[in-house]
Amino acid sequence: MAPVLALERISKRFGAVQALTDVELEVDAGEVVALVGDNGAGKSTLIKVIAGVGPPDEGRIMWEGRQATIATPSDAQALGIATVYQDLALCDNLDVVGNLYLGNEMTTMGVLDEVAMEKRSRDLLETLSIKIPSVRIPVASLSGGQRQTVAISRSLLGDPKIVLLDEPTAALGVEQTAQVLDLVERLRGQGHGVILISHNMVDVKAVADRIAVLRLGRNNGVFDAKTTTQEEIISAITGATDNAASRRSRRLSE
Amino acid sequence: MSESPVDPRLVVSEQGLTGYLGEFRRKVKGGELGPLPVVIGLIVIWLVFQSLNSQFLSAQNLSNLSVDIVPTGLISVGIVFVLLLGEIDLAAGAVSGACAAVLAVLNVNMGMSPGLAILLAVAVGAVLGLIHGFFFAKIGVPSFVVTLAGFLAWTGFQLWVLGPNGTINLPSDGFVAGLTSTYFIYVIAAYGLAALGVAGFLAVSLIGNNRRRAAGIPYRTTGDIVFRTVVLAVVAFGAAYILNLYQGLPLALLIFLVVVVGTDFVLRRTRYGRSIFAVGGNIEAARRAGINVPFIRISVFVISGSFAAVGGIFAASRISSASQATGQSNVLLMAIAAAVIGGTSLFGGRGTTYSALLGMLVIQSIASGMALQGVSNSIQFMVTGAVLLAAVVIDSISRRSQKAAGRA
Repeated sequence: MAPVLALERISKRFGAVQALTDVELEVDAGEVVALVGDNGAGKSTLIKVIAGVGPPDEGRIMWEGRQATIATPSDAQALGIATVYQDLALCDNLDVVGNLYLGNEMTTMGVLDEVAMEKRSRDLLETLSIKIPSVRIPVASLSGGQRQTVAISRSLLGDPKIVLLDEPTAALGVEQTAQVLDLVERLRGQGHGVILISHNMVDVKAVADRIAVLRLGRNNGVFDAKTTTQEEIISAITGATDNAASRRSRRLSE
Repeated sequence: MSESPVDPRLVVSEQGLTGYLGEFRRKVKGGELGPLPVVIGLIVIWLVFQSLNSQFLSAQNLSNLSVDIVPTGLISVGIVFVLLLGEIDLAAGAVSGACAAVLAVLNVNMGMSPGLAILLAVAVGAVLGLIHGFFFAKIGVPSFVVTLAGFLAWTGFQLWVLGPNGTINLPSDGFVAGLTSTYFIYVIAAYGLAALGVAGFLAVSLIGNNRRRAAGIPYRTTGDIVFRTVVLAVVAFGAAYILNLYQGLPLALLIFLVVVVGTDFVLRRTRYGRSIFAVGGNIEAARRAGINVPFIRISVFVISGSFAAVGGIFAASRISSASQATGQSNVLLMAIAAAVIGGTSLFGGRGTTYSALLGMLVIQSIASGMALQGVSNSIQFMVTGAVLLAAVVIDSISRRSQKAAGRA
């Protein structure tokens, strides 16, 4: 069966900079694919391609085996791609329910249906085993990890097939990072495909099924998280594998 | 990570009195004070002035007080909307004066029917607000500067509309003057309104609670609802009793209460109101959620301009004339101070239109009490200034403790 999302030979150029060159990426349902790479490797550009913020110059995006166009963020949402950006963009003054439903409020005859929204919020948070003191306290008084889980839950309201998480554990403490990684595993358990962008190899190794490495805007290998060591991934990120010997063996194999 | 059945970080709502006290303590610590400081302040102010002069809490004085708060209070309702965005409207006073002048010219000089003149005056206020909103939302001029320019320009517009005389008297038995001089003498009016308000509150609480119970989400205990209803009933029927001791329910107060309750409903129970809070909380989040930020900003300034106009009309009605002084001097500052004293945050995203009512009660009580004592304006300004400072200090501290109360 075709993967839910497949990027084929994606290229993107900004003026004189070739940000992405022939990048390929596949994500299946119920799979966590980590996207790693050094600064400037093209991770952010690739996220923007998938999220519809910056469409590619060349290449095809296949959605469930069919070609799709993602020209705007709403195209991505309509397909079933939810993006959680690094800056969470939550309204500190609104409570958890208000943030979860911001822009998609449920109403009956023009009046906000707080009961229905609170019920669904609690159900959603419960299925994800998210612990929050109360869904009626302002987001300002939540911890960083709790805020992250609220932002991720918010992306799940539209029941997306692919969830894109941009550095979800950056700036979080040990315990909070664990909470977020637990949540990523639950997303996989519920059949969502997850693309996880991270700098933290420990996190990546902990939850990812496959690890896609970008280097200088190109694919630099896709690794099985279970069988690959951290050193191998880091050398793929830094280009330490890109030496004379590896080039020679690659040329010989072609 | 091991998962214990009860997470210690959960706020467990205990039943009964200890539960309430615990919840109350948590809220105070967390900086969610709500209207508590202003209500306590109001009670203190009333007790102090009553001890100084037994006329203060007389039916006549309180009845006059309830009408005196209306003109600036209506302007303050519009200011609350602007403050919720974290912006400021310095032109509200000038807009109110200009619109009062437009009303007087249309009604008296041109002989237009009062209803149509009021409608046009409010429309002028809306257009002036639209101009502020356009330059703020579309051109990107800070609201402070736009409305400062508006303040100057509309003051000039007011003088120009009034012409060389500078004062236009409204017929003291006319429709416009009647807005603030009409009282519903029958005791049933004030008691009926109180009963309606209490019954409405009780019905909404019970229906909402039943729906919450049916949905299986936390709901208030019946005792809690009864307690809240009783508090509201005491205040409502007490006010009705005192108003009936004098001339009955003032029409102006009725209109003001309807405006406050109505705008509060819009802010808390509609998508539009939620959007205003979202823009005031985090513009980027609001934009990403698909909220049309420029539309919200412009519409809020239109609302502010319209309520400024309505306030100006009531100010003209109160003294049966529109003059160069209408809406000038400290009207704007009192409207802003009332909103802030009532608990609306200057930093955006927090507040209710009830703060216009509560804040104006505080300000007008000070003014009235001082006047009874024969204290000069100078002291009155200083006391009001101190109260405003206290309100802003409470706002700032509660903001800080709200951040600090984040359970990490």
